[in-house]
Amino acid sequence: MNEILFALVSFIVFPGFIFTAVGGLLVAWIDRKLTARLQWRVGPPWYQNFVDFFKLMGKETILPAGARKISFLLAPIMGLVGITLVSLILWQMNLNPGTSFLGDVIVILYLSVLPSLAIILGGSASGNPLASLGASREMKLMLADELPFIIAIFTPIVAIKDIKIGSIVLYQINNGMMFTHHLSSFIALIVTFVCIQAKLAYVPFDIPEAEQEIMAGPLIEYSGPPLGIFKLTKAMMLFTYPVFLITIFAGGMRFDGIQALWSIIKYFVILLLIIIVKNTNPRLRIDQALKFFWLRMFPLAIIGFILALLGI
Amino acid sequence: MGLAKFSLKKSLWVYHLSAGSCNNCDIEILDLLTPRFDVERFGIVLVGSARHADVILATGIVNKKCLPRVKRVYEQMPEPKLVVAVGGCACSGGIFRTGYNMAGPFDKVIPVSAYIPGCPPKPEAIIDGVVKLIQSLNGKLPSNSK
Repeated sequence: MNEILFALVSFIVFPGFIFTAVGGLLVAWIDRKLTARLQWRVGPPWYQNFVDFFKLMGKETILPAGARKISFLLAPIMGLVGITLVSLILWQMNLNPGTSFLGDVIVILYLSVLPSLAIILGGSASGNPLASLGASREMKLMLADELPFIIAIFTPIVAIKDIKIGSIVLYQINNGMMFTHHLSSFIALIVTFVCIQAKLAYVPFDIPEAEQEIMAGPLIEYSGPPLGIFKLTKAMMLFTYPVFLITIFAGGMRFDGIQALWSIIKYFVILLLIIIVKNTNPRLRIDQALKFFWLRMFPLAIIGFILALLGI
Repeated sequence: MGLAKFSLKKSLWVYHLSAGSCNNCDIEILDLLTPRFDVERFGIVLVGSARHADVILATGIVNKKCLPRVKRVYEQMPEPKLVVAVGGCACSGGIFRTGYNMAGPFDKVIPVSAYIPGCPPKPEAIIDGVVKLIQSLNGKLPSNSK
């Protein structure tokens, strides 16, 4: 009974849904504020994303006439559940590496596809030509970035010969950060960072949602609560992916003594890099993005992987 | 409803609807997003789809070609929804009020919540109008589905 209660609390409150949602909305505010400062503007107040979310929750939900109603409404929830589970597993592994189970990296890789799948499903279900265009672009982008992403994530696993996130975290606690000790992991870190930019659909790769060409892409027909859930999912992704990067490559998030400060610094450095890349790059076309990932990032990831096999 | 109303006041998402304007008001509206005026401070963002919007910033006379589209965009918006008519043409028809293809002004076609006259209105005037609109929300949530 107690275990069930504990599981429920960790799923809903900490480190599950509410923690990730609040953190995500705050991090999304940092993104908006920094974007504004980089454009020489003032930017919104810290509660802006919360207000946006509550406003969307209070608005009307319109079902477009041509939409597939069930998949249209279920898609946002699917994405939300996916990213909540990713965040839950990652934080559990970080706070208590002993709870790691065999192959949890694979579980996380599968679950982290769910938000993208939700966008594809929702976009295709909404019966709008621009939304289906956005959904097809999202699909192509997913095909492009998954390949180098998965190879790069498996590089440190090959380097330490253990497929548990807990073991990677423990290895880094004992031996220092992965990417400073292994050249292969350093290469994989670069590849993963670029792939995360694409997974978040941030600016060099915001092709699916390209505001200036296809308005909001797959989200164009969404209004009210489903749109709010999609925005929340996006914010939670921005909150979770840097943690993923730190867990695998940069020592994990640890909160004992001075390590807590160090973890937070690492987190904000990665967040800052994501936001700066977002603000200083033009958008690629979808064919350029595909070429970039398959012809540039994929060989780089393979080089990293071979170095890991050689034990470097 | 307290939270929903507070949230709406703090985060108005704007859809820019240009119905046969001369582009002058549109330029002034885009000025609002530039560093000098930066309305994102108040949570006002320009969105691309009417489904996401709370406010239509309407410019131009409504000409006969535009008329069905204007009505359709208005119907596509989720409740609660507001319309702000920006510029002399949108408020009253301006110098085009006797024109052969004039079907407006906006308040003949869709319910308008605020009028911002001027040819074009200065960005300060538009901000002033939006502030007055937000203050008018203190009474009750707008519902145009009478």
